[in-house]
Amino acid sequence: MTRFMEEAAIESMAEKVGDIMRNAFVFNIDGVGVKGKDGQTIMDAADQAGIYIPRLCDVEGLEPQGSCRVCTVKVNGRPAAACTQPAAEGIEVENETLEIFNWRRDLIRMLFHEGNHLCPICEASGRCELQAMAYRLGIFQPAKYPYLQPVRPIDASHPDIMLDTNRCIRCGRCIRASKDIDGKNVFGYVGRGMHKRVGVNGKNLAQTNVHLDDRAIALETCPVGCIIRKGLGFFTPIGQREFDRAPIGSTIEKAVLKRGKK
Amino acid sequence: MKKRLATVSLAGCFGCHMSFLDIDERILDLMKLVQFDRSPLNDFKKFKKRCDIGLIEGGCCNEENVHTLREFRKNCDVLVAIGQCAIMGGLPVMRNAIMHAEDPLRECLDTAYLNSPTVFNASNDIPNDPALPLLLDKVYTCAEVVKVDYQIPGCPPSGDTFWLAMTFLLKGTAADLPYELIKYD
Ligand code: SF4
Ligand code: SF4
Ligand code: SF4
Ligand code: FES
Repeated sequence: MTRFMEEAAIESMAEKVGDIMRNAFVFNIDGVGVKGKDGQTIMDAADQAGIYIPRLCDVEGLEPQGSCRVCTVKVNGRPAAACTQPAAEGIEVENETLEIFNWRRDLIRMLFHEGNHLCPICEASGRCELQAMAYRLGIFQPAKYPYLQPVRPIDASHPDIMLDTNRCIRCGRCIRASKDIDGKNVFGYVGRGMHKRVGVNGKNLAQTNVHLDDRAIALETCPVGCIIRKGLGFFTPIGQREFDRAPIGSTIEKAVLKRGKK
Repeated sequence: MKKRLATVSLAGCFGCHMSFLDIDERILDLMKLVQFDRSPLNDFKKFKKRCDIGLIEGGCCNEENVHTLREFRKNCDVLVAIGQCAIMGGLPVMRNAIMHAEDPLRECLDTAYLNSPTVFNASNDIPNDPALPLLLDKVYTCAEVVKVDYQIPGCPPSGDTFWLAMTFLLKGTAADLPYELIKYD
């Protein structure tokens, strides 16, 4: 244990020295100068500067995968995923233009229309990132898309965990958490194109080596209400749930407001 | 001139109408501006005149819902879908996609009237009286049946949401709901 801690300390020191040695530079997000350094993505640098770029498949602590495209920004006029695109000296990034806003709204709408999202009966309602993103982007008027109403399976085989794939947005967060953090492969993609879905490495969840302490099934891993803890239910009263209190992204925006006050 | 307002509850639970009444005493102010036409709130079953605004609660789960909704579209200048049932089918829409069911409607009826552990149904009949409106193969959202102009989300939308949305609708524009009032539950 101590050995591990020593190693960790050396590692973190090395990281700090590296930070100093690595080149810091400046680039623009919506015309505002933002500091970045080598190895950072646009998203990392924006977070540090207190600028929120909407995202769904990217989450603190996991490698970015760049698949949901909600974080799309324009870099020198060309669309790119902010969670995977490296920040670079002098680039001009557009984040909050009407065009990009509409792209993001359409992406979020399509996610609602291609799955079965019955928020009134969903345990994740109020802490769901998809729903919160729709709220933040002000989506409530009729959309041009039909509701596909797919028939998707529910896996209730496990005594403590349930999968309701009607709500899965295939962000791959559970897959990366299982592989990179838990060192397992409980979840994985199966199928291609629009038939791509998330499967488990067994006949059903009960037949896998999933464990309740796995990061893959931690509450903050699944952005929606697909991976559900049985018996937990609607644990926060309406009005006090995470996104009842403040819009998604406001912790990133507030963090800098606070820092600025010092 | 007062605006004419019609409302109806289709495949909904009436919760949206109840929530409308949560505008409380503000309904007195509303009455100064609108004249209720066909609505379950005054129990008028037919349109008297053409209306400016029609509010629809619930989607379409039976034939009668479709007729009523078309009637509303014909008689209202602006049609507004209210609540998740009208917008995306809400809870009734769960019967459209039942896992492993070849015939989801059959499965739904069998479970409701025959197979549920708490069912007492000595005759083993599924209600099928000619007086009952014919069930549709699946539940349809309002926008799948007619053109819908605006939506007010929520299950149900809160009284405050109704109030704000009504003030916008009476001005003739789409509601601009603030963050706190956009809810899908
Ligand atoms: S996962 Fe999110 S968007 Fe989907 S039904 Fe649940 S709360 Fe609604
Ligand atoms: S189960 Fe949840 S975390 Fe995994 S891919 Fe689906 S939405 Fe993402
Ligand atoms: S949206 Fe909710 S409150 Fe309104 S009719 Fe449907 S179930 Fe009832
Ligand atoms: S957050 Fe960047 S693509 Fe999903």
